[in-house]
Amino acid sequence: MRCRQVIDKISEYIDGELDPELVRELERHLQHCEDCRVVVDTTRKTVEVFCHTEPSPLPNDVRERLNQMFRHSFRKGEPN
Amino acid sequence: MPTHLDNEQSIVAAAQAGDSDAFVTLLNQYSRHIYRLGLSITGNHQDAEDVLQEASLKAYRAIAEFQGNSRFYTWLVRIAVNVALGKLRKRALWKESSLDEPREGEGGSYVPLEIESWGDDPEKACLHNELQQLLAEVIQKLDPKSRTIFTLRDVEKFTIEETAKLLGLSIPVVKTRLLRSRLKLREELTKYFGKDARNAMPTSHR
Repeated sequence: MRCRQVIDKISEYIDGELDPELVRELERHLQHCEDCRVVVDTTRKTVEVFCHTEPSPLPNDVRERLNQMFRHSFRKGEPN
Repeated sequence: MPTHLDNEQSIVAAAQAGDSDAFVTLLNQYSRHIYRLGLSITGNHQDAEDVLQEASLKAYRAIAEFQGNSRFYTWLVRIAVNVALGKLRKRALWKESSLDEPREGEGGSYVPLEIESWGDDPEKACLHNELQQLLAEVIQKLDPKSRTIFTLRDVEKFTIEETAKLLGLSIPVVKTRLLRSRLKLREELTKYFGKDARNAMPTSHR
């Protein structure tokens, strides 16, 4: 497997969705290619940091306007 | 994907029976996630707030139709995505298909430029708020369709198939865009977290 093919398969590899034969080929390549090892590792970390980072609390003014909207809807007796 | 409430099923049932406080309890658990989702897709705070408000109201009005065969949060996200896509369509930032759509297997034409391992994990390298803001900024470097795909798959953890179905796109398009998005975001984050990063954090995040 060449570097370009490794890049092509990174997503499926880090998602564990790559065919086992291709996994073996890809990992053989990684053993002797430092650059691809770095790209695979940092791509995995990229996905992890997005998936693990909790969102900030809702800004106070946004929360207040949302509550206002609901108070208004509840007064009107929605949804019944 | 956020954790659900301990007794979520009974809270949903109460909301379906017309208990508005129960609905607000549900919404409070997920509103910041929906706001972030709206912000990721639309790229601006005003639209993100509109997405949150409109999706919440739609969910409130339709709660009786919620079948309970998926999580309440998943159901709410589906509603929010449709509202957010409506905003993008209005701004002509979303087309169902276009001639510049990448073909399957073209992801490899993306050549990584920043090849540098990362030092500390990002969670250790900066404060949570800084990291949250940085992630919100770098995701905006993707085009609207790519960042929507990335958000649904990698932030909200929908499967490739679910993401494709939600957005009315083919699976190859979703896979190719996801690959390119991950590689592009990797480049961007390496500028901050690479061992020899030129700018550990941008000035605005210090």
